[in-house]
Amino acid sequence: MTLTRFVTKNAFRNRRRTILTVISISVSLLLLTLMMTIWRSFYIDAGPPESALRLITRHRVSLTFFLPSAYREKIRAIPGVVNVSPLNWFGGKYKDDKPENFFAQFSVDPEEIVKVYSEWQIPEDQKQAWFHDRAGCAIGRKLADRHNFKIGDKILLTGTIFAPFNPELTVRAIIDSPENDDSLYFNTLYVEESVPRWKGRAGTFAIRTDSAESVTRVAAAIDDMFRNSPQPTKTETEKAFQLGFVSMMGNVKAFILGISSAVVFAILLVSANTMAMSIRERIREVAVLKTLGFTRNGILALFIGEAVAVALIGGVVGILLAQGLVRGVANSPQGGMLQYISVNPPTMAVALLVAGFVGFVSAFFPAWRAAQLNIAEGLRHLG
Amino acid sequence: MAIPLIYNVRNLRVRMGATVMTALGIALTVAIAIFIMMLLSGLRSAFRSTGNQLDVMAMRKGADSELSSFIAHDAFNVIKTLPGVARDDKGEPLVSGEMVVAIVLPRADGTGETNVTVRGLTPIGFKLRDNLKLVQGRWFNSGQREVMVSESVKKRFAAEIGKTLAFGKGLWTVVGVFDASGTAYDSEIWGDVNQMANDFDRTGGYSVAHIRATDEVSADALTKVLADDQRLKLDGVAEVEYFAKQTRSGAPIQFVGTLVAIIMAVGSCFAAMNTMYAAVAYRGREIATLRVMGFNRPSILTSFVFESLLISLIGGAAAVVLMLPFNGLTTGTSNFATFSEVVFQMKMTPATVITAILFSAFMGLIGGIAPAWHASRQDILVALRD
Repeated sequence: MTLTRFVTKNAFRNRRRTILTVISISVSLLLLTLMMTIWRSFYIDAGPPESALRLITRHRVSLTFFLPSAYREKIRAIPGVVNVSPLNWFGGKYKDDKPENFFAQFSVDPEEIVKVYSEWQIPEDQKQAWFHDRAGCAIGRKLADRHNFKIGDKILLTGTIFAPFNPELTVRAIIDSPENDDSLYFNTLYVEESVPRWKGRAGTFAIRTDSAESVTRVAAAIDDMFRNSPQPTKTETEKAFQLGFVSMMGNVKAFILGISSAVVFAILLVSANTMAMSIRERIREVAVLKTLGFTRNGILALFIGEAVAVALIGGVVGILLAQGLVRGVANSPQGGMLQYISVNPPTMAVALLVAGFVGFVSAFFPAWRAAQLNIAEGLRHLG
Repeated sequence: MAIPLIYNVRNLRVRMGATVMTALGIALTVAIAIFIMMLLSGLRSAFRSTGNQLDVMAMRKGADSELSSFIAHDAFNVIKTLPGVARDDKGEPLVSGEMVVAIVLPRADGTGETNVTVRGLTPIGFKLRDNLKLVQGRWFNSGQREVMVSESVKKRFAAEIGKTLAFGKGLWTVVGVFDASGTAYDSEIWGDVNQMANDFDRTGGYSVAHIRATDEVSADALTKVLADDQRLKLDGVAEVEYFAKQTRSGAPIQFVGTLVAIIMAVGSCFAAMNTMYAAVAYRGREIATLRVMGFNRPSILTSFVFESLLISLIGGAAAVVLMLPFNGLTTGTSNFATFSEVVFQMKMTPATVITAILFSAFMGLIGGIAPAWHASRQDILVALRD
């Protein structure tokens, strides 16, 4: 019998206990993987390569203040800027206040926004139809799927910020993009015509620069240009802009870290408890093994190997479960900012590493004690 | 005949290691659930305690927050003359025209920037806020670039008296600290409405009018009058209702928290089950002896379920004790209705404690039933010979 075989046999000799332990560890690792994935998507991921080229300019005081739309042409004149489109949060209500009916709506310059978001894929005929219908809109594939919107359907929005303007928009285009966007975009001229007080204003500008090198320089140039004007600006990369929203939610980092450490500690307890129980039952066996010539280190390795194996199985199951859950969260209406996440291989590797480490630590003390055992005493032990 | 409870207690003591580890695992799960509940009940109480039954807010038709609303001066003057509006002892109508904006300020603890609500108002506005206290310094003077901050804003953004805050078209000096008794106003910065309207180019009107009605019937009538008056193009909302609606800003916390608590609970149930199965296996002969002595199957079943419950309750109690220091801790999250941070105190309410204990008991029950069933079904002769 090989060593591996011996370890696996032992790991599954109390099948019920092993299965319960594996389930227990796997749900904890599922949670850990989920937390790590959220962390990664917030703080590590850079988004699609196009995103790194984009800047968002807003009013310096806060997003709730508006900029003159004349800034657009001034921004365009800055070297390094390729395209600029207004990107205005419309904040309309679709049907009612229920979270499943919430989605983002932006009023934009259609012909320019498709150049700013060059990763969008829209069939050419739909694109043209959208450009030529001022009351038309383009929607993300995900939004289309969620509400079963088709080309030609009408979407009635109730204005809140722009009340009493309630636009009825016709779906002209469906956007496929790597981020799987679930927003709605429509022509900002439609808003300007209907809401006189909005004429000549813009919420934010989405800007596309020519290269990654010019991003920082362009951002500084824009803010410098408007520094002493009545409407100063703040320009940041798309990623930094999104992180601003995460930061608004509160101390998200501490929240994730707190949950993750509780989870790791919980797995440690479960695994340690299982190993302590299974080693206590086998004291006499340990003595026999020793009599057969197994060294202390050999016995230590046997038990640790067993714990690591069980923990790793739990890890694999947990990661698979996490995959499923992440997809579920991403598709739920409450998904909000989590809708673009997915579990990637480095996250899986870290989760497995944690599982293995927990298995190792949890088995070390009971195994070490068993290894130190006096043979005669062990043989006398009543399991 | 029931097995004495002391039998279970002593057994737990004998198997100290396993008991502590299982209870601690359950404690961690319950602690996370308590943490989420404390956040939510703190948030809820901040919004629930805001607003007076007699107060009505007038906002632009369709606007769903003070932030997106606008009321022109002439409409505001009409509101002052409406029937049912209360007056102060000088005969002034208790109608407060206020301007609400959100500004970005860096947090003092270096965890990034966040949006803060700035409210421009007049002394009439103070009269409409019950339980408003001046804690430090003085009220702001009208016509001056002066602001007052709440206790929590002072702490979170290092806005001590004498310091200046930069927003609008220049600097504002902090002259006072107020305490709004844990209401949503405790997340705000207050200053003179006319000064602020100038700074933010919002002259020509207010964002919102807070109106005190003479009695509840008039308050009800006012909401309807405001909505029906064709000149105004406004909506009337009961203040209490407006703030209660904002508790939904806790929805993301609730969603993530519930998900985490459920997943961890599943893990804890299986861990408890494992411990109990081991306890049953370990005491096979003992159980058989109990049966021989005349204890029947139901009493064995109850005894083991009780033992599992005991472990989980120890865990639940430990979690409550563990989380007690968090009670009263100030924290904040974003309120999407006002697009700014709402600051609140975490609260461990009796309901939280009861829910936590029930939650832990539930885990113990689920974890204990199968092993206890197994114990009560054991064949006496086989077990005795084991």
